[in-house]
Amino acid sequence: MTIQLGDLLGHFGQYGGRFVPEALIGALDELEAAHNAAKTDPLFQAELAELHRTYTGRPSIITEAKRFSEHAGGARILLKREDLNHTGSHKINNVLGQALLTKKMGKKRIIAETGAGQHGVASATAAALMGLECVVYMGEEDTRRQALNVARMKLLGAQVVPVTSGSRTLKDAINEAMRDWVTNVATTHYMLGTVAGPHPFPTMVRDFHKIIGEEARQQVLALTGKLPDAVLACVGGGSNAIGIFHAFIPDEGVRLIGLEAGGDGIETGRHAATISGGSEGVLHGTRSYVLQDENGQTIESHSISAGLDYPGVGPEHAYLHDIGRAEYRAVNDDAAMAAFSLFSRTEGIIPAIETAHALAGALVLGNELGPDAILLINLSGRGDKDVQTAADYFGIPL
Amino acid sequence: MSTALDLVFERTRSENRAALIAYIPAGFPSKSGCEKAIRALAEAGVDAIEIGYPYSDPIMDGPTIQEAAEISLKGGTNAADVFSALKVASDTGVASVVMTYWNPIEKYGVKEFAQSIADNGGSGVITPDLTIEESGRWLEAVGNSGINPIYVVAPSTSDARLAKVTSKTGGFVYAASVMGVTGARTNVSVDASALVERVKKTTALPVSVGLGVSTREQAKQVAAYADGVIVGSAFIKILLDAKSEQEGLDAISALAKELALGVREGR
Repeated sequence: MTIQLGDLLGHFGQYGGRFVPEALIGALDELEAAHNAAKTDPLFQAELAELHRTYTGRPSIITEAKRFSEHAGGARILLKREDLNHTGSHKINNVLGQALLTKKMGKKRIIAETGAGQHGVASATAAALMGLECVVYMGEEDTRRQALNVARMKLLGAQVVPVTSGSRTLKDAINEAMRDWVTNVATTHYMLGTVAGPHPFPTMVRDFHKIIGEEARQQVLALTGKLPDAVLACVGGGSNAIGIFHAFIPDEGVRLIGLEAGGDGIETGRHAATISGGSEGVLHGTRSYVLQDENGQTIESHSISAGLDYPGVGPEHAYLHDIGRAEYRAVNDDAAMAAFSLFSRTEGIIPAIETAHALAGALVLGNELGPDAILLINLSGRGDKDVQTAADYFGIPL
Repeated sequence: MSTALDLVFERTRSENRAALIAYIPAGFPSKSGCEKAIRALAEAGVDAIEIGYPYSDPIMDGPTIQEAAEISLKGGTNAADVFSALKVASDTGVASVVMTYWNPIEKYGVKEFAQSIADNGGSGVITPDLTIEESGRWLEAVGNSGINPIYVVAPSTSDARLAKVTSKTGGFVYAASVMGVTGARTNVSVDASALVERVKKTTALPVSVGLGVSTREQAKQVAAYADGVIVGSAFIKILLDAKSEQEGLDAISALAKELALGVREGR
């Protein structure tokens, strides 16, 4: 199988590309050139590697989840601990890379969108570290759901702008960030937080996250002497999933499984499972799968997880799905929360609710494959930010 | 073959003036209100009308057009309503085009959308988020249907890229006057005249300026160097603020008459 991961125009098969106002083309070209130069610039790579070692805390470790495994058909479960990174999720990998590029391009201001607040916090962190001005757009609805992260961003010196248009969630925060960027593009870098958006974002953000899979592949080989049977990750926009999948794409015997947010169930229409329950379309500058109605209007997504609550998905995932290299399954809110609870009690790790979707997927897959299987899961984030949501869900009085 | 839009620019050039182009979203302020607004604008002397296809994620639009789009979508506006508004406009005798984000076209069917434009008397489509690189199927479709593919360029567009974009454009080149989203502005930046000058070095097509024009004085200033003056948010703001539908229609008619004078005073 020949897999074409990104041509010069940022296409993955029929997906990807650029669907943006002409005003942004210059900035996208500039960013693409900076990213291409950085890829082969030993100084840039050394600077980023040093930050990963001394600031992020890379390489992240592998933890074997032995007690959780008993509930997953006895399959051997290995966790890639991105939750232990500084700021508590994989998001830091991307923002440090983009912040370095921002400085290379001579820009002093970054803008970012955020849903759960993880990318906003990571962006505010990188901006503080590198002395950049930072403005974060966040749906008004999400600022209420994730009040703690709003406070964290403010403490880090960022300005948080609540977005009151549309559904007041992540998709509208991206709209507002795009509007800011069109207006201030000469001075501002848009630090997009996932593998979606116009080229070069899907490719560039993947390149900054692929270190997850590169490390994990070596670590699993060293630990078990072989490759895992399957690699699992949750998928909203898809950045942590692409990050851990990428190094395994040539390993045809390794199944790649993305777990999407099934919300109340795909059949109810209230979900965020874009590949499992959406159709081909263009949203936020890229062609991919989209939740849309018969007129091409975006349908609002629903998920208990603010970080997966997005009606689009990265174009590389759409392509990996269509060519059959990766599988995508939906996990409903209730299944995710059951896995969240079980995992916390069996492993002593409170995962992000986003990540709990991958854990729920592992429970099902482990029972399908049995005790000889090795499953690698990207433990993409920690659950501190979700304590309020989880307490509400489980009826724990605060 | 020339479209009605091509003929408008032939006429305005022979009259040594700029064309006045008005924008209104389909289904706004209501389906019937939109039809009345189209007729009022045509009677007041606009040369061409852009029918906006309201979209759920309008990243190029400021608060005024966002609000209008939201009202229209809540009213259930769909592709059929867009084509019916287009037909109302073309039936008045003015040139008519649709302005839309790309996804509704792709969802409707690229060939079918272009053909429906032609079937309803439309001259072309303005596609603000469709890049030249992604235009293959679209250019084939507009060619087959005999309508104008109208692209938007910006002050940040390089000379080399302007040449590339305008070589694929038909009808007119839409020059965005400033870096930013749609909406009325006190000053239409000097960027606009510089951009128009740069565009004209790449093409003989008419160049129209949009984003920010709301007064007769501004229309006059832009008409001095551009072939067309596009006004959108100013009309929409009037309709949003009006106490009654009739008051709104009277007020946009009055503004359109003023602007029609403005585009004749520029040279």
